[in-house]
Amino acid sequence: MEKHKINFVDTTLRDGSHAVSHSFSPKQVEEIAGGLDKTGIAIIECSHGDGITGSSYNYGFSKYNEMDLIKSASKVIKNAKQAILLLPGIGTIEDLEEAYKNGARVVRVATHCTEADTGIQHIQAAKKMGMMAVGFLMMIHMASPEKLLEQAKIFQEAGADYINLADSAGYLLPKDVTARVKALVEGLDIPVGFHAHNNLSLAVANSIAAVEAGATYIDVTCRGLGAGAGNCQGEVLAAVFNRMGVDTGVDMYKIQDVAENIVEPIMQRPQVIRTAPLMLGYAGVYSSFLLHTYRAAEKFGLNPRDILVELGKRRMVGGQEDMIVDVAYQLSQK
Amino acid sequence: MGKIKVGIIGPGNIGTDLMYKVMRSKNLEMKTMTGIIESEGLKRAAGLGIETSLEGVKAVAEDSEIKIVFDATMASAHLQNAPILKAAGKIAIDMTPAAVGPYVVPCCNLDKLGYVDNYNMVTCGGQATIPIVNAINEVADVEYAEIVASLSSKSAGPGTRANIDEFTQTTKKGLEIIGHADKAKAIIILNPAEPPIMMCNTIYTKVKNPDEKAIIDAVNKRIKEVQAYVPGYKLRVPPIIDGDKVTCIIQVEGAGDFLPKFSGNLDIINSAAIAVAEKLADKMLDIQ
Repeated sequence: MEKHKINFVDTTLRDGSHAVSHSFSPKQVEEIAGGLDKTGIAIIECSHGDGITGSSYNYGFSKYNEMDLIKSASKVIKNAKQAILLLPGIGTIEDLEEAYKNGARVVRVATHCTEADTGIQHIQAAKKMGMMAVGFLMMIHMASPEKLLEQAKIFQEAGADYINLADSAGYLLPKDVTARVKALVEGLDIPVGFHAHNNLSLAVANSIAAVEAGATYIDVTCRGLGAGAGNCQGEVLAAVFNRMGVDTGVDMYKIQDVAENIVEPIMQRPQVIRTAPLMLGYAGVYSSFLLHTYRAAEKFGLNPRDILVELGKRRMVGGQEDMIVDVAYQLSQK
Repeated sequence: MGKIKVGIIGPGNIGTDLMYKVMRSKNLEMKTMTGIIESEGLKRAAGLGIETSLEGVKAVAEDSEIKIVFDATMASAHLQNAPILKAAGKIAIDMTPAAVGPYVVPCCNLDKLGYVDNYNMVTCGGQATIPIVNAINEVADVEYAEIVASLSSKSAGPGTRANIDEFTQTTKKGLEIIGHADKAKAIIILNPAEPPIMMCNTIYTKVKNPDEKAIIDAVNKRIKEVQAYVPGYKLRVPPIIDGDKVTCIIQVEGAGDFLPKFSGNLDIINSAAIAVAEKLADKMLDIQ
């Protein structure tokens, strides 16, 4: 394996916000971002779980104003770069400009893995503003390595600084990750990153596969906090990479302490693989659907598993949380 | 009964589907399809015996027989075309998000607008969701409206893709101005599933008077009013009232004139534009 430095991208304050139903307070953001900033993590992402202005009925309202949270993070981030996520169709360039004013310097523009062209204008706007821009392809289990390369090239041409591949459903097996990352590493001129979900308990294994295939940016969260069964647990991956001799620049003890002393006390439930998140991974369903599915199941008197399997059959993509209500309603009429 | 002659600028998907709708209209007659480069759309129009031109806006502005012009180009082009059409005394129906003239959603405000020479059709998502928000507002007072428009990837053309912010921003404004929500948010999702999904619109509102019966009656009545010009408009999930939150889901199946039936998004904005043009044509024919 070639010795590249591996950059950790912490998304506790973004993907992790799903697991606390977007309730992070400015004080919690300051504590977590401040702690992470001293660990050697390269990029710290902070926004609504569904990207900036995701606060909505469809994705859940943020308890605190998102721009205040971004500002709080920017007060304490000195070493890392501060990122936001933006989903075209939800967030806009105007929102991006506001996030920039509040301290964001990196934007990850996330589209479904076959719709990269909807993010060209956002990547270009970010580059014009002097930001780092990342093309972020979601639900990559739904496309072949060749298709992903074609889509990644759209982002590369728009000016993206790296491409992040997200296994948003936590569906992929390590060999599938290898094939996808390898196709991009060989076919692109810019670096490749990977974002795992732990629905099948493969987040660490898949992150290792990604790095071995040439990825140099890896998404992590403290305690694995995130949508579905969570993301790749940062403090665990730091330890694993230390054992493997992979250079991450991350201080293993410091990241462990942030996870244990700051993040764990504010978690609303242990980040374990219950049946529903397991079924997300098995059926290939967007991880953020989890808590919304529990709510719909309760309202319509259904088993969450039945809703998830139907969503998988319908090939719903990220952002279609409204279709959980549709599926639950249709199932309840049977 | 006579017919009013119309022109279409922009022989793309929208323009071509509009052409077929004009051709089966009771009071509109297709005169000219105009573009700026040779294209499949122009060839198709010529094949149907329609006059075609490569002169763009000029071809319709200089034709005194044409009374109504649909502009199916893009926002930047319409900003240039609008003053030319106005000077030539044409009524413009603007399919782009340029919003030179007022927004129009036929079942909500067409009858209320006074004399207007430039109508803006908002967006496809706006045409699908504003009627419902407007109806709920009349009986329940909408504080906040949020819509999610899901389209099949195949029905989202390059214009929509390159300017996706325009969709969310214009739809939001339409929900506030014509839907009368105090505040609104619009979300658009593209889904590449095969076979393609039908256009689906989820409408959430936060209301001040959650009177369940009044809301359900108002929504059902409004659905019928939209069906008068968009037959494929139907309620998929009837209003679910949860405290002050009302959720309902609308599906739009296209008429299949030129575009496939799953392109309900393109069908609804075109059908709404035709409804506007037919109303104008009725008035013009009355005067004659």
